[in-house]
Amino acid sequence: MQTAHDPTISSYYVTEELYRELVENFTDWQREELAIAAPQERDRFRLLIEREARLLDELRFDEWLAMYAPECICWVPGTPGGGDPRREIAISFDDRRRMEDRIYRLRTGYAWSQAPKSRTVRMISNVEVFAAKDSAARMVRSNFLISEFRVDGTRFLSGWCGHRFVQRAERWLIEVRQVNLIDCDRNLRNPSIII
Amino acid sequence: MATSRQGHGCGGKPVEIEAMLEKLNAPRLGGADLYEWDELVQEDRVHRLIYTDPAIFSLEMTNIFGAVWVYLGHESQIPANNDYITVRLGLRPLILLRDSQGKIRALFNRCTHRGTTLCRKDRGSARIFTCPYHGWSYLNTGKLRAVPWPDGYGCDFNDPKYNVAQVPRVDSYRGFIFATLNPDAPSLLDYLGAITKPIDEWLDRQPKGQIRVCEANRLKYKGNWKLAYDNSGDGYHVVFSHRSLLEMENRQADVANKGMSYYKNSPDTAPMYIAYMGNGHHFKDKRPNIQKRAGGLWAVEGPAPGSEHYAEALRGRLGAEAEEILDLASSEPVNINVFPNFSLLGNHIQVFEPISVDETDVTWYGTAVVDEDGALGGAVDEINALRMRTQEQFPNFGEVDDLANFEEIQRGLACQEDEWIYMHRGLGIPGRVKTDANGIITAPATDEVFMREYIKEWKRLMKATPKLVVQREP
Repeated sequence: MQTAHDPTISSYYVTEELYRELVENFTDWQREELAIAAPQERDRFRLLIEREARLLDELRFDEWLAMYAPECICWVPGTPGGGDPRREIAISFDDRRRMEDRIYRLRTGYAWSQAPKSRTVRMISNVEVFAAKDSAARMVRSNFLISEFRVDGTRFLSGWCGHRFVQRAERWLIEVRQVNLIDCDRNLRNPSIII
Repeated sequence: MATSRQGHGCGGKPVEIEAMLEKLNAPRLGGADLYEWDELVQEDRVHRLIYTDPAIFSLEMTNIFGAVWVYLGHESQIPANNDYITVRLGLRPLILLRDSQGKIRALFNRCTHRGTTLCRKDRGSARIFTCPYHGWSYLNTGKLRAVPWPDGYGCDFNDPKYNVAQVPRVDSYRGFIFATLNPDAPSLLDYLGAITKPIDEWLDRQPKGQIRVCEANRLKYKGNWKLAYDNSGDGYHVVFSHRSLLEMENRQADVANKGMSYYKNSPDTAPMYIAYMGNGHHFKDKRPNIQKRAGGLWAVEGPAPGSEHYAEALRGRLGAEAEEILDLASSEPVNINVFPNFSLLGNHIQVFEPISVDETDVTWYGTAVVDEDGALGGAVDEINALRMRTQEQFPNFGEVDDLANFEEIQRGLACQEDEWIYMHRGLGIPGRVKTDANGIITAPATDEVFMREYIKEWKRLMKATPKLVVQREP
C-alpha cells in the first residue's frame, strides 16, 4: 500500500485489491503451523494491544491513531467469522479518514450518544501470534472484554480481535484491526464508543 | 426412534390451501374498553401513556402488529424454494419461508404439541422442521408429517388442528413481504395505497428495479417503538439531533453541502416536503433539494472509504456513464414510511420491531444492486462495495444519536404529572398544510402534520376490536 494521496483527506487505497487481500489475510489464519511461540514476540504484541486498549479507555485518540499505519482499516464485522465487506454491511468498516471522522464527531460535543461519555475498561487476554505471508507482518489474536458504564448502568461487550501488524522502520504498526463481537449479528444498544 | 408417517402431505402433490380460519379463543379486552382514546390522542398532543403503558403496548400487539399489514422481510432473503428466515410479527416468532412449491408462507414458530419453537436458526434451508423437544416433525407447508411412537395417541393426527398455525394473509409488493392476521384488512395493495408511488420510484432507480438485502446495521434502544416511527418523517430534529454528523461530514468540504446540509438554512421554506399518504404512511421527500442530474446525488454524498478511488476508476473507464452509476452508491434522499414498521431511506430498508413497551429493535438492512444483464458495464461489484460503505455511515454517526434521544424521551416520560407530548408544529397556520384531491396532505418538511395524522389512524385502530385469525393446512 503506497501513499500517493494523503489518506487522512482522501480515500484512494480502499480498492478491490485491498478488499481481496483483506479477505484473504483474515481467512483461516489461526493455524497451528503458523503459530509463533517465542515469548518475546508474544510480549511485544501483547504490550501493543494492551496500550491500544488503555489509549481507547482514556480517549487518547491521537495517540491511538498514531499506532496505526497511514493506510489502515478498522473493521467490526456484522457477520460471525467476518463475512465479505464487499458484499455485506459491517457494523463498521473504517479507513483512516473515517477513523478520524469518528473521532472528530465524538469531539464535536454534539454526539448525543456519547454525551455524557461512556467510561470503559478493556481487558485483553489470550494473545497469540501467527506468522503472515509477508515476513514483515504478523497476525495476532486476542480476546477482549469491554466493561462500559454509561448513564444508567454497566454493560459488557466481548469478543476477539485479529490485528495485522506491519513493521515500518523500527516500529510495528497496526494495519488492520478486525473486532469480532460475539453478538455481532444481534441488535446492539448504542454502539457509539470506538469498540 | 420409530416415527409414523401421516397418510397425507408427503406425496408430491401440491397442497391446496383452503382458508381454514379459526378464531383466537383467548378472551381479550376490546380496545374501546381500555381507555378514553380521544382523551389520550388530541388534536395537538398525545398523552405520555401511549408510550409508557404496558397495557397499551399489549393491545398494540394485536390491534396494530396483527391487524394491519406488517413488514416481515424481503424476497431476496429467501431466494430459493425451502429457504427460510426467522422473523417476528409483533412478539410472535415466525418462520418466513418459501415452501417446497415456492409459495411464501409465514408459519408460527411454534410446535402444536407443547409450544416449543421449531426453528432456532436465523436462516437456512429446510423441507422439514423437527421439534427438538419431542420430535414432532412438519413439512414446510406447516403440515404435520410425523410424531414419534404414534401408537401412544388415541387421536387422529389428520385433524388439521395439529398442523402448524400460520399467518393467513401473506403478500408481497415488488419483493417486500408483508403479513396480517386480520381477514378484514384491505388487500396489501389497497393498504399501501398512494405510498406505492415513492416505493416504485425508490426501486426503479435500481437497475431492473431490483435489490438484494445484504446484512444489516442492527441497533436497539430502550424506548417505545412509536418514538422511531414519529421520527421517521421528522424534518425538524435533523440539524439538532444530527449536528455532530453534519459537522463531521462537512469538515473537509470546500462548500458545506454534503449529506443533509440542506436542512441548515430555513428548512421550513426549502423545496423538500412531508406528505401524509393515508393508512398511517408518510413520505418525506428531500429530492427537490438536490440538483436533478446524473451525478447529482454523488456530488453531495459524504466521504466514504474508497470514495475517491472508485469515482476516479469508474470515470476513467466509463466516462460520463459513471455518474449515474455513482448515484447508485449514494443515499437516495427520501424517507418512505409504511405504518407500522417499515421505512425505505437512503438505500436502507429500516425495520422497527417492538420488544416491550420501552424496548425496540431498529434494524437497518443494507441493500445491494443486482445486475444480471451487465447494464452497469461490469461495475456492479465495485459499486456495491462502495454502496456498503456509504450505507454504514448514517447508522454509525446519525442513528445512534437519535436512539440516544429516544431513550432520553422515555426517561423524561417517567414524569407522571407532566402528561402531554406535543406534535402541533404547523397546526393552525393558514396555507401551510395542503390537502389534494386524493386526500394526500403535504406540508413543509419540518411540519409535524404527519405525526398528527398517523396517530389518528393509530387511535382508530386501537379503538377497534379486530378479529384476528390463524390458518392451518387442511
